[in-house]
Amino acid sequence: MAQDTDTSGAGRRTGTLRRLLSGPEPEPAEDAGHTGAPARVGFFTDTSVCIGCKACEVACKEWNAIPEDGIDLTGMSYDNTQSLGASTWRHVAFIEQNVVAASLPSAQDHSDVDVFALASGTEPGTVGATEPGDGAERDGVRWLMSSDVCKHCTHAACLDVCPTGALVRTEYGTVVVQQDVCNGCGYCVPACPYGVIDQRKDDGRVFKCTMCYDRLGDGLEPACAKACPTESIQFGPLEELRERAAERVEQLHRRGVTSARLYGHEPDDGVGGDGAFFLLLDEPEVYGLPPDPVVTTRDLPEMWRHAAYAALGLVGAAAAVFLPLPGRRSGR
Amino acid sequence: MTETGNGRVGTGRRRRGARGERLMVERAEFTSYYGRPILKEPTWSSVDIAGYFFLGGLAGAGSVLAAGAQLTGRPATARALKTSSALAIAGSAAALVHDLGRPGRFANMLRVIKPTSPMSVGSWLLAGYGPAAAGACASALTGRLPRLGTLATVGAATLGPAVATYTAVLAADTATPAWHDAHRHLPFVFAASATCAASGMALVASPVHEAGPARRAAVAACAADLAATEMMTKQLGLVGETYEQGKAGRLMHTARILTTAGALGAALLGGRSRTAAVLGGAALLAGSALTRFGVFEAGVASARDPKYTVVPQRSRMASRSEETDPAASA
Ligand code: SF4
Ligand code: SF4
Repeated sequence: MAQDTDTSGAGRRTGTLRRLLSGPEPEPAEDAGHTGAPARVGFFTDTSVCIGCKACEVACKEWNAIPEDGIDLTGMSYDNTQSLGASTWRHVAFIEQNVVAASLPSAQDHSDVDVFALASGTEPGTVGATEPGDGAERDGVRWLMSSDVCKHCTHAACLDVCPTGALVRTEYGTVVVQQDVCNGCGYCVPACPYGVIDQRKDDGRVFKCTMCYDRLGDGLEPACAKACPTESIQFGPLEELRERAAERVEQLHRRGVTSARLYGHEPDDGVGGDGAFFLLLDEPEVYGLPPDPVVTTRDLPEMWRHAAYAALGLVGAAAAVFLPLPGRRSGR
Repeated sequence: MTETGNGRVGTGRRRRGARGERLMVERAEFTSYYGRPILKEPTWSSVDIAGYFFLGGLAGAGSVLAAGAQLTGRPATARALKTSSALAIAGSAAALVHDLGRPGRFANMLRVIKPTSPMSVGSWLLAGYGPAAAGACASALTGRLPRLGTLATVGAATLGPAVATYTAVLAADTATPAWHDAHRHLPFVFAASATCAASGMALVASPVHEAGPARRAAVAACAADLAATEMMTKQLGLVGETYEQGKAGRLMHTARILTTAGALGAALLGGRSRTAAVLGGAALLAGSALTRFGVFEAGVASARDPKYTVVPQRSRMASRSEETDPAASA
């Protein structure tokens, strides 16, 4: 690591070491040692069709037998779940925004929309769903809902910093904690740039979304995607999802929903792209997501280099204070 | 959620949400999800982890000074520092194990060697340094196996600087803004603070006529500590205020006073008065410990407030888009 001289930290290098720490990484499973790995899978969460039913939260809790983690009334719209955590692996965020009614995309003319075609599912991705803004034009309130989840980062800081090897990259390119190895050191918790993984205090170990690793092995899709009634949560090969997401954004833009944007889809972002990415209708931070997350280990070579300088400085200073060598030992 | 007790979360910083209109009070322009943190703050206990940082620094820098003392014929100082290093590193490792959610599984730390995990690198470092420090101490106290003792002394002094600084990398290699964004300065802060502690220990435990180097080390380390901390806080920009405000601010401030007083007292009076040397040394030790607690609390504060996540990331994005396309910034 010491020979690496890229001080910019920009992660633009394509050298193997660089690729392992940050930047585009087409084969995370292969580079983690899986030979003949299946195609990388992921989630595409299209928040524009989320209806806030929380079926994903419930299905996740049920399938993974996750314990209850507090029942609170928060006053945060319909969000009493509050955040992702050791015992919350899907979290539906609710945001109520006051907006000028005329600015809503739904103020446009809908007279040419064939609702029966929509309801019969001939138009993909909108089955039984409300288009963003629909119904809101009357009072000028916009309601955003989004089901958050572990991003299964291409460069996962949690995995990088784990000292025991408990966190691993699976053959599907996902990131999973091996519960029989984790010793609860908690290092992964502050390392995650999305604040996803957390420790169960009574258990001591950390927990997070496994993308239903046990279901994947049997060819099943994760419980949340299965339960989602609007196809807001889509599961599949990541490449395919990225194409579908690009089409969906274009479709929304054509319909005047100019606020639609993808989040976490780019393979050259700070974490090398998310295995679980999103279509959002406002800035990421509105949903509690970091606007420009970076995997902390991108800067690790530079950290070690500075630690080496500091250590050398310590040795140099120590040598200097002892320099007036023996003979002059009167305490001066 | 633990944060609800102190009234920080959910009040004052909301811009949007159910009651957004009434609560639009904020300084920095940024949006958040009901003022809730984006990052998870460390689950670590401050006593365990700040203690682990402090004791590791005391041990590592102490081994370097011990070797210097031995080489220059200061046996009492060497013996004292070897003892304190052995005890401190045992305490440091104990604090780390105590903080584990599953202490019984501490041996899993040595299950793999992972260069990307400073905690893994550190565990292996401790596995090498610990026995060396213990051996050097045992030989110095019993007078037995002097050759092996010298070898252990040299070994401990070689690994000591790494032991004193890797914890800075450990903290910086997280998403915690006050730690990660300080990754160029934190190792210098930790190295200087470790030397403050070790020279303080030397002042406390060695006779006045041997303590000349310890007094000089104290002054140098104090100056380096003040300078490195100042540069770090400046360079951090907005996030730097986490080192100046609240609990972290009080800890860092007290640490500065103790460190400066200790170094000055030792330098001016420590050559004549044993009492002054002991008091100065104790102040240096306390200052170093408080610095680590201050750094710890600054990290917690920076993770707790989404401002320190959103604002720096936003300005990073803005400067990046200006860089790639200066014309399009309009
Ligand atoms: S989102 Fe956090 S917990 Fe999930 S893979 Fe990325 S770093 Fe790990
Ligand atoms: S808490 Fe467990 S999974 Fe997280 S870094 Fe430590 S050993 Fe790894």
